[in-house]
Amino acid sequence: MGLALLVVIWLITFFSTYFFAAKTWYLPTGMSAATAGIDHQFAVTFLLMGIVFVLAQGALGLFVWRYRDQGAATRVQYSHGNTKLEVLWTTLTAIMFIGLNLMGSPIWAAERFAPAQAGAVPVEVTGMQFAWYFRYAGVDGKFGRTDPKLQDASAGNESAIGLDTTDPAAKDDVVTGTMYLPVNREVDLTLRAEDVIHSFFVPSMRFKQDAVPGLAIHMHFTPTQTGDYEIACAELCGLGHYKMHGMLHVVSQEDFDKWLAAREAEKQ
Amino acid sequence: MATLSPTIAIKDVRPGRGGAGVRPPAGGGGDGPEGGGFSDYGARLRRARLGLIVGLTSVLMIFVGFTSALIFRQGVPTLDERTGQYIHDWLQVNLPIPLLLVNTFILLVSSVTMELARRQVTRQAALAPVRSIPGVSVGDERGFPWLYVTVVLGLGFLAGQWMAWRELADRGFSVATSPSSSFVYLLTGTHAVHLAGGLVALIYSSAAALLHKPVEARRIAVDVTGWYWHVMAFLWIYLFALLWFTR
Amino acid sequence: MATTAALHAHAPQGFIRKYIFSLDHKVIGLQYYFLALVAVFVGMALSLLMRIHMIWPTAVLPLIGEIKPETYLSLLTMHGTIMVFFVLTTAPQGGFGNYFLPIQIGAPDMAFPVLNMLSFWTTFVGFVVLIAAFFVSGGAPLHGWTGYTPLSALPSAGPGEQLGADLWITSIAIFCIASLMGALNFITTTLDLRAKGMSMMRMPLTCWAWFITAILGLLAFGVLLSAGILLLLDRNLGTSFYVPLVVVNGQIMAHKGGSPLLWQHLFWFFGHPEVYIAILPGMGVASQILSTFSRKPIFGYKAMVYAIMAIGLLGFMVWGHHMFMSGMSPYSAFAFSVMTMAIGVPSAIKTFNWLGTLYKGRIRFQTPMLFAIGFVSMFVSGGLSGPFLAQPVLDIPLHDTAFVVAHFHLIMGVAAIFGIFAATYYWFPKMFGRMMNETLGKVHFFATLIGTYCIFMPMHYLGLAAQPRRYSQFTEVAYLHRLIPLNEFITYVAIITVAAQFIFLFNLFWSMKKGAKASDNPWEATTLEWSTATPPPHDNFGGHTPVVNHGPYEYNVPGAPRDYIMQTDPVTAEAH
Repeated sequence: MGLALLVVIWLITFFSTYFFAAKTWYLPTGMSAATAGIDHQFAVTFLLMGIVFVLAQGALGLFVWRYRDQGAATRVQYSHGNTKLEVLWTTLTAIMFIGLNLMGSPIWAAERFAPAQAGAVPVEVTGMQFAWYFRYAGVDGKFGRTDPKLQDASAGNESAIGLDTTDPAAKDDVVTGTMYLPVNREVDLTLRAEDVIHSFFVPSMRFKQDAVPGLAIHMHFTPTQTGDYEIACAELCGLGHYKMHGMLHVVSQEDFDKWLAAREAEKQ
Repeated sequence: MATLSPTIAIKDVRPGRGGAGVRPPAGGGGDGPEGGGFSDYGARLRRARLGLIVGLTSVLMIFVGFTSALIFRQGVPTLDERTGQYIHDWLQVNLPIPLLLVNTFILLVSSVTMELARRQVTRQAALAPVRSIPGVSVGDERGFPWLYVTVVLGLGFLAGQWMAWRELADRGFSVATSPSSSFVYLLTGTHAVHLAGGLVALIYSSAAALLHKPVEARRIAVDVTGWYWHVMAFLWIYLFALLWFTR
Repeated sequence: MATTAALHAHAPQGFIRKYIFSLDHKVIGLQYYFLALVAVFVGMALSLLMRIHMIWPTAVLPLIGEIKPETYLSLLTMHGTIMVFFVLTTAPQGGFGNYFLPIQIGAPDMAFPVLNMLSFWTTFVGFVVLIAAFFVSGGAPLHGWTGYTPLSALPSAGPGEQLGADLWITSIAIFCIASLMGALNFITTTLDLRAKGMSMMRMPLTCWAWFITAILGLLAFGVLLSAGILLLLDRNLGTSFYVPLVVVNGQIMAHKGGSPLLWQHLFWFFGHPEVYIAILPGMGVASQILSTFSRKPIFGYKAMVYAIMAIGLLGFMVWGHHMFMSGMSPYSAFAFSVMTMAIGVPSAIKTFNWLGTLYKGRIRFQTPMLFAIGFVSMFVSGGLSGPFLAQPVLDIPLHDTAFVVAHFHLIMGVAAIFGIFAATYYWFPKMFGRMMNETLGKVHFFATLIGTYCIFMPMHYLGLAAQPRRYSQFTEVAYLHRLIPLNEFITYVAIITVAAQFIFLFNLFWSMKKGAKASDNPWEATTLEWSTATPPPHDNFGGHTPVVNHGPYEYNVPGAPRDYIMQTDPVTAEAH
C-alpha cells in the first residue's frame, strides 16, 4: 500500500510539473511592454513553487513508503517536535513568500500607481451586456458628454453609450465596436460599465481590469507588436458572458490615423 | 531535543474553566429544560453569561458590518454619468431629534429598572434556600415589579421609534430617498428587532415568575436578559451618535 | 418538567424526540452530516451537468432536456452556494464538530442543546429555501456564488434574477443566523464544558480547529448577514447601497450612487474567513489521523495550535486579495498582498509538521489514513498556487481564469472533502458501531485521488492559457478553441470520478447494516471518544465524567506497556 501511494503521488507530481514546464498550455505570447516583467515574475514564482511542490510531494510519497508498518521491527521515534526546525522553516517560508511579494511590487507599481504618460492615446472602454464599445476623443482630445437617457444599445456605437451630440466636445467623438491602437504608443484607458460589472481582459497585452458601473477607472498599457488580439470578458456579467468578446487591432501609427480619419469621415 | 508539546504527566493541571469534571453529568443543557438542582446552578449561570457574551459578539458584528458600509457609502463618491465627475449623493437627514431624545431617555430608564429587576431576582435566588427552611421568614418576597416596568418601557421605546419613523416619512425621508435615510431606517430597524428579541425574553422571564418556575431558572433568564438589555441601550446610544454625526 | 440530570440519564423515547427534534448533539451531528450528504450529491450533480454542457452544448439529457446557457449559470451559482455553505461549512463543523467536540473534551452535551437543535433546523430551512429557487418562475439566479452587485441586485439583469435571487439571498441570510447559533454553542462548549484535566493545550487538534472555526464563523457570518440585508433592501425597497445609476436593457434603473465595490468588500470580509471555516476542521482531522495511524505524537503540537490561530487571525486581513482587479485602490492591493503571503507561512508550518509526523513513524494504511495523506497532498497542491494569485502582478493574467477555479477547488473543495471523507472513515465505527469496508474504501480513495487530480490539475493549464472562468462555451472566443480537447478530458474524468463516489455511498449505507462489528477503540487511538462505548451512550460517558491525565497524541511512549496511552489512562510511573 505504501508503495502504491508512493507511485501514485510521484506520478501525479511528475505529470503536473511536466505540463507546466513543457508549456503545453501556457500564457499566450505577450505583445505589450508589461509582458517581460509579468512573465519574469511568473517564471520566478513558478520555479520556487515548483521546487517546493516537488520536494513536498516527493517527501510525502517517500515517507509513507519508507515508514510503513513493517511489524514490530519498525522503531518509532517518540518526538513531540523540534523547535529549531520549526523556527528554521518558518523563517525560510516567510523570507521566500515576502521576498517574492517585494520582487513583484515594482511591476505592480508601474502598472497601477503611475498614470499614463503624456502623449498616450486616450480611449474610453465601455462594457455593457454583452458588448464592448470603444470611444476615441477625436481631434479635440476631449470626450464629450454622455447621458444615460440617450442610451440605445440596439442602435450601436454612439447611441449605445448615450453620446450627447449637442455637446460640442462630443461632435468629433468616434465610437466603435472594434478597438484600434497604434503600436508602441501607450494607451490611456478609461474603463466604464453601463449595467453590471465586466472585466476587460486582453491576454496578449497582459491586461485585465474590471469595468465597474459608477466608476471611471484609468489604466494604461503599451502594445509592442502589430496584430489582431482578442478581448474577453473576465467577470460574470450575465447570460451572454461567454460571448462578450471583442477585437483589438494593433496597427502602425499611420494606419491608426487613417482608420480614425475614415471613422470621422463616416460620421459627418 | 527541545519539545514543543506538553509532556505526558502534568502534576498540577489547571482544569478547564470551572473544572467541569467535578459536576455530575448534568453539564449540558444550559438552555434545556430547567434543572432544579442547586449544585450546578452557578455553573449554568456562568455558562449562560458566557453564551451571552459570545452571542453579543455576533450581534455586534452585524452592526460593525452596517457601520463600515455606512462609512464606505458616505465616503466614496460615485461617478455622475452626465459630466463624468465624481459626486457625493449624501442628503442631510432631518432627524426628529426631540423625539429621539425622549426615546433615548425611556430606554435609559428602562435599563435602570432592568438592573433593579436583575438585582431583585438575584436576591430572591440567594434567599431561596433560606426560605425553604421551615419556620424561617425572610419578609416580603414580592417587591416592586421592576420586570413589568421594564417591559412597558421597552414597548414605549419601540412605539417611540415607530413614531420617529412616521415623523421621518412626513419630513419626506423614505427608505430609498437617500443613502443617509436608508441607513437611518436600517440601523434603527435592526436595533428595534434586537430590542424586541430582548422584550420577548423579558416577557418569558415574567411568565416564568407567574408559572412558579424555580427561582434559579428565572434568575438566569433575567440576569442574561438584563445584560443583553444594557448592551442594547449602549448600542442605541452609539447608533444615535453615529446617525447624528453622519447625517 | 424533567431535571437536567434526569434528561441525561434517560434518553428521550419516541421517534420524533429521538431522531427529528432531538437535543442530543450526536443526533444533531448526524442530521447535519446527512443534510450535507444530500447537498453534496446535489452539488456534484450540478457540476456534472455544467461539465456536460461545456462540451456537448446541445445534448438532450433524460429528464432535464437541453441545458441552456442561462441554465448553465444557474447551475454554477447553485453549485457554488450549495457546496460552500451546505457542504463545506455544514459537514466538517456542524456534522463532525457537533458529534465529536463534546465527546473529545469530555462533556455530556453541547452547552445549549435547544439552540443546537434550532441551529440545525434553521440550516435545514435555509437549504430548502435555496433549492426552492430552482422551481420558481425564472429559475435559480445566475450571478455566481459570490453574487457580485449590480448583477445580483437588479431583477432585470438576467433570468433567475427575480424571485430566484431573492430566495438565494434569503437562504444565505438564514444560513448566517444558523451558523451564528452554532458558533455560539461551539465556543461556549469549548470554553466551559471541558472535563477535569482537559486543559486547552491538551485538546485534540480537531477541537482546536472547531473552536477557531467557530470564532471565525462568529465574526464573519454577522458581516455577511448585514451585507445580505443591504442587498435585499436594494432589490426590494429601491435603496442604493450597491447600485449606482445603471441602464439595463435600455431601462434606466431607479438606483443611483451606490457602490458595487461595497458588496465585494463586505462579501469577501466574510468570504475569505469562510475558506478557512471550510478547511480548518479538515486540518484538525488530518492531524488527528496522521498521528494515530503513524503511531507517533503529532509533530509540533503547539506550533500546530499557533498556526491555526495565526491562520484565523490573518484570515480576516486578506479579503482584498479577491479584489486586485476590481478597481480598488492599487495601494491597498499591495497591503493585502503582503498579508496574504504572510498567511502562507502558518499553512506551510502545518504541512511541514504533517510530514514531520510521518517521518520515522510506523504507518498503518487503513482508509482514514489514505484520505488524510490525500488531504496533505491536495493541501500542498492547492496551497502552492496561492502565492501566484496572492501577487497582484500575477493576478493580471490569472484573476478570474480557470487557474483560480483550480486553486480554490483543490484547497477548499477537494482538500476539505478529503478531510470529510477521512473523518467519515475514521469515526464511522464510533458513530454506527460497525466498520466500513476497507477494500471499497481503498478503491474509492485511489479513484478519487487520481480523478480529482486529473480534473483540477489541467484547470491550471487552462487558466494559464487565459480561459476565463464561468464560460459556458468556448466557441465564441477564438483563442479558446484549442483548449476544447483539454476541457473534454476534464469532463470525461469528472464523469468517472462522480461515478466513483457511489462506491462511497454504497459502502456507507451497506456498512451501517452489514459492516463488521466495531470495538470501542478499533484504531487504537488515544482521544476521549475512543474511551467510551460504541456507539456512545446518550450522555456520552455512561453516567461518569472522564478525567484526563495525558496529552492527546501519546503514541509509542518509551517504556509504556502498549504503543498508545489514552488520555484517560491513569498516570503511571513508566509514562513519566
